[in-house]
Amino acid sequence: MDEFIGGEYDVIVVGAGHAGCEAALASARLGLKTAVFCLNLDSIANLPCNPNIGGTAKGQLVREIDALGGQMGLAADATFIQSKILNRGKGPAVYSLRAQIDRRAYHSHMKWTLENQENLDVKQAEVTEILLENKKVRGVKVHTEAVYLCKAVILTTGTYLKGRIVIGKTSFSSGPDGLLPANHLSENLKELGIELVRFKTGTPARVNRRSIDFSKMVEQPGDDEITPFSFMTDEIKENQVSCYLVHTNKETHRIIEENLHRSPLYDGEIVGVGPRYCPSIEVKIVAFKDKESHQVFVEPMGLDTQEMYLQGMSTSMPMDVQIKMIQSLPGLENASIMRPAYAIEYDCINPTQLKLSLEFKELDGLFFAGQINGSSGYEEAAAQGIIAGINAAMKIKNREPLILDRSQAYIGVLIDDLVTKGTNEPYRMMTSRAEYRLWLRQDNADIRLTQLGRDIGLVGDERYGRFIKKKQQIEEEHIRLKNTILPPGEEIKSFLERHHSAKIVSGIRLYDLLKRPEIDYAHLKEIGQDAGLSREVAEQVAINIKYEGYLERQMAQIRQFKRMEKRRLPQDMNYSNIHGLSLEARQKLSSQKPESLGQASRISGVSPADISVLLVYLETQKRRS
Amino acid sequence: MINNTIAGVSTAVGNSGISVIRMSGPSAFSIADRLFKGRKTVKNQNTHTVQYGKIINPETGEMIDEVLLIKMEAPRTYTREDVVEISCHGGYTIARTLLNQLYGLGARPAEPGEFTKRAFLNGRIDLSQAEAVMDIIQARTERVSKVAVKQLEGSVSKKIDDIREKLIALLSGIEVNLDYPEYDAEEVTLSEAKKETIKIIADLDELIKSFRFGKLLREGMEVVIIGRPNVGKSSLMNRLTRKNRSIVTDIPGTTRDVIEEYVNIKGIPVKLVDTAGVRETEDQLEQLGVERSIRALESADFALILTDASQPLLAEDEEVITRAAGEKKSFVLIFNKLDLLKDEEKIDRLKKEYPDALFLSVKEDVGIEGLEEKIFDFAVQNNQDIDNQVLITNTRHEHQLKTARELLGSAVLSIQNGLTLDMVAMDIKAALEELGKITGHHADEDVVHAIFSRFCIGK
Repeated sequence: MDEFIGGEYDVIVVGAGHAGCEAALASARLGLKTAVFCLNLDSIANLPCNPNIGGTAKGQLVREIDALGGQMGLAADATFIQSKILNRGKGPAVYSLRAQIDRRAYHSHMKWTLENQENLDVKQAEVTEILLENKKVRGVKVHTEAVYLCKAVILTTGTYLKGRIVIGKTSFSSGPDGLLPANHLSENLKELGIELVRFKTGTPARVNRRSIDFSKMVEQPGDDEITPFSFMTDEIKENQVSCYLVHTNKETHRIIEENLHRSPLYDGEIVGVGPRYCPSIEVKIVAFKDKESHQVFVEPMGLDTQEMYLQGMSTSMPMDVQIKMIQSLPGLENASIMRPAYAIEYDCINPTQLKLSLEFKELDGLFFAGQINGSSGYEEAAAQGIIAGINAAMKIKNREPLILDRSQAYIGVLIDDLVTKGTNEPYRMMTSRAEYRLWLRQDNADIRLTQLGRDIGLVGDERYGRFIKKKQQIEEEHIRLKNTILPPGEEIKSFLERHHSAKIVSGIRLYDLLKRPEIDYAHLKEIGQDAGLSREVAEQVAINIKYEGYLERQMAQIRQFKRMEKRRLPQDMNYSNIHGLSLEARQKLSSQKPESLGQASRISGVSPADISVLLVYLETQKRRS
Repeated sequence: MINNTIAGVSTAVGNSGISVIRMSGPSAFSIADRLFKGRKTVKNQNTHTVQYGKIINPETGEMIDEVLLIKMEAPRTYTREDVVEISCHGGYTIARTLLNQLYGLGARPAEPGEFTKRAFLNGRIDLSQAEAVMDIIQARTERVSKVAVKQLEGSVSKKIDDIREKLIALLSGIEVNLDYPEYDAEEVTLSEAKKETIKIIADLDELIKSFRFGKLLREGMEVVIIGRPNVGKSSLMNRLTRKNRSIVTDIPGTTRDVIEEYVNIKGIPVKLVDTAGVRETEDQLEQLGVERSIRALESADFALILTDASQPLLAEDEEVITRAAGEKKSFVLIFNKLDLLKDEEKIDRLKKEYPDALFLSVKEDVGIEGLEEKIFDFAVQNNQDIDNQVLITNTRHEHQLKTARELLGSAVLSIQNGLTLDMVAMDIKAALEELGKITGHHADEDVVHAIFSRFCIGK
């Protein structure tokens, strides 16, 4: 039978979660004819777990996506209902923005954005097969047997591949949030020679707000002054809701302990590997016996719903235990559970099969992004999505892929960790995973990435104009601060005294004044020395001056790092022939085919001596040619 | 491409009269000028010439050694970089002191085979030798890592591990608050971080102080002198210590009932133990019991069993010898007081009877040289780690410990100056990485692991 050709595209994105949305938008915005397929269009950009975006390291990822011209930050700014900066006072490298999001509004915003995007078609269908010709992508086949031709496919299947939900003894084939799973594609991927692994994650119950007694809980309001995610957002709404904090107690723990034998985690029902940083409440109680209580955050799911999310109560216990557990918490004695907590198992790939561009090493034009790569989290997914979208487009345009390294972005750390080291649990971004954390801040994501986004073609004139203006203002302010010398006098004397700062005998440059830990940039106003700059510009200037010594050290580390990253390793290198490499290094390098000497050095089993040997080998190759 | 300067020792150190320290890279001359005081500065010295001068510690002004310095300007050098070679006196102490000075001034310890690697990368060695170069790198690295592991056995390794554990605990306590601020994991405040860092610095200082060379070179080879009263133990001890400059004074653990001295015998640090000690002098009648001699012998690497050549061997002398041999202990039988023995025939008879024994007269300084040779031979035969690699790995480790110490100092200073936890964490993490270079651990993995195993966090 002849194939029914449903359409012809440059890029097809399979899945419209956070990775899929960014991938599809990036590809379409770069001028490529793109289609995004989703099992159910009502689940586009769904937030099936916590109703928030951002947080430590994740907030940085959102700002980076935004700086490159992505959508997540804009969508979060448009639909947040409470916002907070975490880690205020712990230093600029770890300030992190987090916002509670109206889940349905976020979905609608993103769906609307996709629908209105030029070059982008949005389609509801289950993709069941990747079609290849000579190890090169030719198209996809969907459940209705229609074939869509394309040059590149981006798989962003999240937790849908052979999804299975487990609640106590009950288990059934399902995607997240009771949506349909994708049961066919896994087999096809295996046939294509792709190694799959099985991971597990989970989500807590949702309860009806009307059944909660908030008087027994601690209110957690948002910040007074709200910082937006996007560098493009000027006007921003106010906080509209609060979150609440309660604690588990002896009774909760007793209920869990008595019913541990009924937990599928402990009776062998669940085989998938779960994340350490996202433990279910039964795991917390078993692993941390001495801790008498655990925090539970009660968070609203949106403005037009009474559903509240119980962060900290993730579980796969049977329903009757779940009810008892939840009702043992203060304020939740009469809680009415709307959706039960569940664990979900799903197929994903071993990400070491990918290049740093997120393209599968052995199959031309097949890209992967998001949870299918073993990551976890909306932001981690979106970050990979935008890179996969960009690189699918770059490939079709015959341009070099965009590869962010570990010193440029959290996105680079994320992808390098996944692709180079692999992961044996769903991977969550943390600031402690970033070696160059002091440079990879949320405040300078635009300085780090917007020019790159512009070069690629994803950053429009308006964003670029703002960026150039900001950079210029920063430079000018630096010059002003270095050139302005305050003479000693009564005004400066009382200013210094007021701030418990050492007095001066000769003139002092504003620049040196700001180096003093007790003097903030905002204080300059008191002596009539502020330049009336925007908060963003003032922040950059202040950080650059205050932390100059540490930043310089970090930059030196980065230069060192870059030297190794720049030494490219040819993809057709035959490692088994290289004299002097250790056996383990030969095997690892042959199977992983690293792209640079730097990447090779991060593969476990490759020693510094092996790297020296490679360096010598590269030199011999250079001299021979 | 290569922009740092490396230094290492390029001669066998243990038994040679001189050591050659080699330094290669763009800062080789300027670093040398900070230490070397000759008629001309190294900068102004003609290339490929030798100059006599002194190595002066730039901080204390103290002279370290008299040396010959060869200056070689790139590219006519082994590495095709600027190279300085310093010929100093032999032995570990001087080579180590000099290397430590160079590392302190900005040179970096050379990796195994690195001079050869540079020679190749800079085009000095032709392509046909590339494989040999790669072999050298791999083989030397293996050798070094074996030596490193061997040396880290025991107490030093345990101390480094302890310090790493403390640092990981401190850092994961900080990091958990940075990565999970919304959870109620115990907060590490800046003042707590400071207090803990200061404690760890004290541990590191102690370790650096006690950190010497591999077991043998760190603690000295223990040589015990046993024998009956009045056979000349103390005189022998005095003779050996007077002749050989004492090199170590700050090693703890000196007990009061034995006399211990550290001496440098042909470049080998030796801990000499005289079992005579206080008790014997208090009570001349107390016989040195056989058991006590055997006990002293047990802990030692080598024993000098001393007897009086002018007197016949007593039953207890025989018993000590038999027991020592039976327990496969290494020892040499020494007949002292050769000066009292005028009868040549008797000497010949003894020599025939005890062909492995040494004959000497402490009083007349006869045979001491031979004894020293014997001790050195034993050390070399039984300690394969007496070679350059030991010195190299040890000075590298020492350098890494000192770097870690400096970083922690910077963390404390930053806290005092009101800087934030993220900056402080950067120093602590860098210190942890330095220690990880010694033990072969990755800071990132350990900290992330500690966060999840120590704290209950996550939704």
